[in-house]
Parts: sequence; C-alpha cells; structure tokens
Amino acid sequence: MADENRKMAFICSKGTLDMAYPALVMGWAALGNGVDVMIFFTFWGLDIIRKARVEHLELAPVANTSMKMSLMGLKGADNIGIPNAVGVLPGMTAFATKLMKDKIHALGVPSVREYLQMLLDGGAKLYACKMTVDMMGLTKEDFVDDSIEIVTASDFIDMTEGAQIIFI
Amino acid sequence: MFAQASAKTAEYAGKIVHVNEEGFLLDPTEWSPDIAVEIAKEEGIAELTPLHWQVIDFCRKHAVNGRSPTLRQITSGTGISTKEMFSLFPKGPAKKVARIAGLGKPEGCV
Repeated sequence: MADENRKMAFICSKGTLDMAYPALVMGWAALGNGVDVMIFFTFWGLDIIRKARVEHLELAPVANTSMKMSLMGLKGADNIGIPNAVGVLPGMTAFATKLMKDKIHALGVPSVREYLQMLLDGGAKLYACKMTVDMMGLTKEDFVDDSIEIVTASDFIDMTEGAQIIFI
Repeated sequence: MFAQASAKTAEYAGKIVHVNEEGFLLDPTEWSPDIAVEIAKEEGIAELTPLHWQVIDFCRKHAVNGRSPTLRQITSGTGISTKEMFSLFPKGPAKKVARIAGLGKPEGCV
C-alpha cells in the first residue's frame, strides 16, 4: 500500500445544472474508492454551494448544440435541435431545467444540495475561491455548509500537492 | 457461477473460496460469518460490531445478481447515516462491506 492516500481535486467553474453534476458524481465515486476529495468552487461554480442558488441551477437551451428535441420527449429526434430563436422565448430555460431535473429524479440521482451533504458526510472538503467571493460580495454565511472555507488560489495550489486535478 | 475455471482461490477460516483479482468472492454461497471476520481484518477492521453486522446482513439480503447495494441504497435502507458508514467501513464503505459480505462490488454511480 502506498504511503500517501490518493487525492483528487475538482475545480468547478460553471454554475449551470449540467456542469454541477460531474464533480459531484466523480467526487462521490472517488470517496467510495477511498480517495481523498477536495472540491474548489470558483466563479460561476460558486452558485453550486450558494444557499440562494443551489436549488435554482438552470440549463439553457440557447446555444446548447447538444440539447435536441429528443430531450423534450420527441422520440428519435436526436438530431433535430431546439432553434435558438425558440430558446429565447420566456420560460424556455425553466422548461428545459424542469425536464432535466425530472430525468435526474427519475434515475434516483440526488439533488445538488443532497449530493453536497453526502460529499461532506463522506469526508470531502469543499472550498470557495476568495477572489470570486470578494468580487461577488459574498460571505461565509452565503454557503450551504459552515465547513466550507474561503481560500485563495495560492492556498489551493498548496493544498493540492500530489493530487489529481480535474477542471470542470 | 464461475466463468473462469482458472479463478483464483483464497483461504479464509479454513475454507477455500473463489475470488476475483480484487479479492471479492465470486460465489456468495461460499461465504460464512467466519469468513467475513477474516476479510474484515484484511480491510483493517479489527472487530465487527453489531452495527457492522446490520450492514452486512442488509447487503446480503439486498444483493442483486451477487452484487452488493450502493452506499446510498445502504444508507436509505438501513437508516445508518453516510457519516456512520464512513466510520464503520473507512475509505470506500460500500466497496469494503461488499467484500466482507462475500458479494461483488456495487454497480451504479450513487
């Protein structure tokens, strides 16, 4: 057995619903394999751990070339897009978000907030990027858990020595 | 049950059992509580408490095709919290309990 435990560090830089899940799923899988997990939230990625935003992450159909009509329930329409001109209509983002959340729920996949709690309970460490926190005028109280620390990029570099780093 | 006739074997509690490359039992029927105690020691768990056994029993009962339930299935099925699971079976609870319970690794991401 290696002297030091394997470590993985995820950087979450995006705050859309679809970009929240990769680190949550992989981080959870890593914990399940006995790997130490750190997740660093920066820029829009901070939305994932903000009390005000965690339950309201969205998915926009505009300029999303992978979101086809098949997601909207139209069978076989894997290559028929949602025209951007339609995507801009009021309610389309909410509609696409609801469809995606329903699919996530149907698979028995936890919500983002529940996933964060699972990760914390499993021993993952979550960090918020200081520069973004300052820029957005946030404080420690804005985050979903007291244990979330605000750290600088330099701190992050120190903490992740020897870790595998995944940028999302 | 065994796809490979050349499957590896291991000896636990005086009994020869078939295992895969990672040391998981290939046939859950070869398992016994005595074997669990020995595998647990290999996994760094010196003593199996009643709470450990509750989890092991749950996994044996809810195995699908010889595979142990996922961690989330264990926590929701037993009422034992994620935190407790990580302290009972440190470093990869679902995988660890699967091996101790003589089952295959859980399938599924959550």
